[in-house]
Amino acid sequence: MSATLQTAETRTMTGAEIVLQALKDNGVEVIFGYPGGAVLPLYDALFQQNAIRHILVRHEQAAVHAAEGYARSTGKVGVVLVTSGPGATNAVTGLVDALMDSIPVICLTGQVPTHLIGNDAFQEADTTGITRPATKHNYLVKDIRKLASTVHEAFYVSKSGRPGPVVIDLPKDILIGKGPYSEAPQAPHRSYRPQTEPDMASIRAAVRLLKGAKRPIVYAGGGVINAGPEASRLLGDFVRMANMPCTNTLMGLGAFPSEDPQFLGMLGMHGTYEANLAMHGCDVMLNIGARFDDRVTGRLNAFSPNSKKIHADIDPSSINKNVKVDVAIVGDAGAVLKALIECWQAEEQPQDQAAIAEWWRAIDGWRGTGCLQYRQEGSIIKPQHAVKRLYEITREMGHETFITTEVGQHQMWAAQYFGFQKPNRWMTSGGLGTMGYGLPAAMGVQIAHPDALVIDIAGEASILMNIQEMGTLAQYRLPVKVFILNNEYMGMVRQWQELLHGSRYSESYSEALPDFVRLAEAFHARGMRVTEASQLDDAIREMIAHPGPVIADIAVAKDENCFPMIPSGAAHNEMILAPGQEGGVTGVTDEGKVLV
Amino acid sequence: MPDSLEPTLRNATIAVLVENEAGILARVVGLFSGRGYNIESLTVAPVDADRRLSRITIVTRGTDMVIEQIKAQLDRLVPVHKVSDLTLEGPHIARELALIKVVGKGEARMEALRLADAFRARVVDATIESFVFEMTGAGEKLDAFIALMRPIGLAEVSRTGVVAIARGPGGFEA
Ligand SMILES: Cc1ncc(C[n+]2csc(CCOP(=O)(O)OP(=O)(O)O)c2C)c(N)n1
Ligand SMILES: [Mg+2]
Repeated sequence: MSATLQTAETRTMTGAEIVLQALKDNGVEVIFGYPGGAVLPLYDALFQQNAIRHILVRHEQAAVHAAEGYARSTGKVGVVLVTSGPGATNAVTGLVDALMDSIPVICLTGQVPTHLIGNDAFQEADTTGITRPATKHNYLVKDIRKLASTVHEAFYVSKSGRPGPVVIDLPKDILIGKGPYSEAPQAPHRSYRPQTEPDMASIRAAVRLLKGAKRPIVYAGGGVINAGPEASRLLGDFVRMANMPCTNTLMGLGAFPSEDPQFLGMLGMHGTYEANLAMHGCDVMLNIGARFDDRVTGRLNAFSPNSKKIHADIDPSSINKNVKVDVAIVGDAGAVLKALIECWQAEEQPQDQAAIAEWWRAIDGWRGTGCLQYRQEGSIIKPQHAVKRLYEITREMGHETFITTEVGQHQMWAAQYFGFQKPNRWMTSGGLGTMGYGLPAAMGVQIAHPDALVIDIAGEASILMNIQEMGTLAQYRLPVKVFILNNEYMGMVRQWQELLHGSRYSESYSEALPDFVRLAEAFHARGMRVTEASQLDDAIREMIAHPGPVIADIAVAKDENCFPMIPSGAAHNEMILAPGQEGGVTGVTDEGKVLV
Repeated sequence: MPDSLEPTLRNATIAVLVENEAGILARVVGLFSGRGYNIESLTVAPVDADRRLSRITIVTRGTDMVIEQIKAQLDRLVPVHKVSDLTLEGPHIARELALIKVVGKGEARMEALRLADAFRARVVDATIESFVFEMTGAGEKLDAFIALMRPIGLAEVSRTGVVAIARGPGGFEA
């Protein structure tokens, strides 16, 4: 390309070249994809350049999860390329996952040529129709003159405001045709301009409430992570300055350091006793970047009944959706925290230190129940113990560690027993709860952080949902560790059946499992199986020390349940703490049973 | 729950200014069906060709909290410029147009004409055994007229749905 002779604005290129140029101009270094007829022109253009690396996945769903892992661990937009028809439909689960968890992803989908659209052509699917409710926004490019600007706009839309997935559907004739390239416009978007700076009146109202609080709590979610590492730093500053307890949602883990004495742990259905009781008993709650999800609130009409609630969110539609709040703040979590800190320092009103000291004494009392205690006895490995040791050993060894998970009990144990001191180190499918998320997400994390230790804490059922990605690990020598808590059950399903359906274990036994050691070996990876508690530490060290990908199949107690637990439809102060106390669950109402 | 605690429902007429682009209507309709909001009426047409803007008017019903949600959800759609709750934001005018076909002979025919006159419906088509009336007005007025035509020989009705605009000099700029 003779950029010296022509300015960028007047360059003419093929559609495929325009797409790649626009990706480059938006800072893209890697894309996750899978080829097919409709996107061959793009693959041809990829072949003839070196700036963008393409990672060939084994299934399009995995491409999206990999892009999510990449995005969540770097703060950048993850990019996916798939073909038309089945390529696009396979990507849909990943797109909804990214939508629910507010992850910036751009998915380029091939499409049949424009003149065939609507004719049921080979590998045609109505991709924009199918993905409309699966994306933050989507585009079908029918005019090559709009191609470059559409790609630039997609990046802006995907990462601004509340981030999310964006699909660009690219008919093959557009990719082959020639057209002008234009750089990203400087002008603001015509219609989409989300508010990022908070309104000062609401900040002042929030600070007045918080200063006057006797039993305050900060409840922080994934919005703080999405706002960038600076927002997490500010969260720490604010929480310490105000001497308040802080709890994180599943999505927010790492936003506040788990080892900080002011951290109460995760809240919600499998949150800690202290976090949930503090939420229930607080008099002022600051929700920052979380969305009062049903996993967090439990029964709505019993949720934190006596508190004034402040909700800061970048998405106005999250505010007053489930829970009516007293102070609404629209803005980016980082900007909100900065404003809160400034206003806090300027506000003369002193805090009621005596009341807050008493509040901390109450919290310490709840902490005293030791709700996450378990007893590791005998040779059978407790799943909690496996995660706890994994955490302690990675900490001892001083590795920069990134954790992904699949979905189920192991996911909750990972959230409870693995500590996160920094943001962007924890990727889990929170909103959609997608089994099969963890392995491809780990792949995306490892691509972004080649020297880091990346571990997928998995269940034996979930891992099989995207196990084909072991091939991708082998091809790109990605040393991802798959740490399977193998309880031979779809444990979370089994737990609900035990507690709510009279122990009728309908179809939840993991029958006919593969030999994971030989399965790893078949994919050119290292396989390990651990059955004795006494072998666990050595096995973890060996797994970490191995330079390539590993599947460590950890045989754990089969009938362990995940506690504490707030049964669906119950209130925070109705949580079940420990096995033996499940009798309480017979109290689950019919209304509760209907809930997921 | 005692009746007094039952959240009260209200009607809302919402105006939405959008980019005039393919798929925008599907986005709005999909939002309503996907989130279980109800649509009593929806109209859409381009209003500014130069700036490629269309205006959608939606009449919906829900609790205050749900209507707030609907507005926020609409507002975060990328091609949406502006959302306004005409019902909340002051006095407004809402109009609907209907074409009403009435079939009959003799006295019924005369009765239809007399009522049409009283309701200011215009005859836009006539045969010896039928009329088509055109009528513009608030929805309830149309409802009342249509109900009167039913025993007389109502054959067919076509309605536009509600369009609405705020009273006074204030504009609804993108
Ligand atoms: C794609 C998908 N299908 C079904 C479910 C429902 N589901 C939630 S947890 C779970 C069991 C997971 O079993 P496993 O991976 O072994 O994890 P464990 O709970 O035993 O730790 C199932 C089936 C889901 N979350 N995702
Ligand atoms: Mg299992």
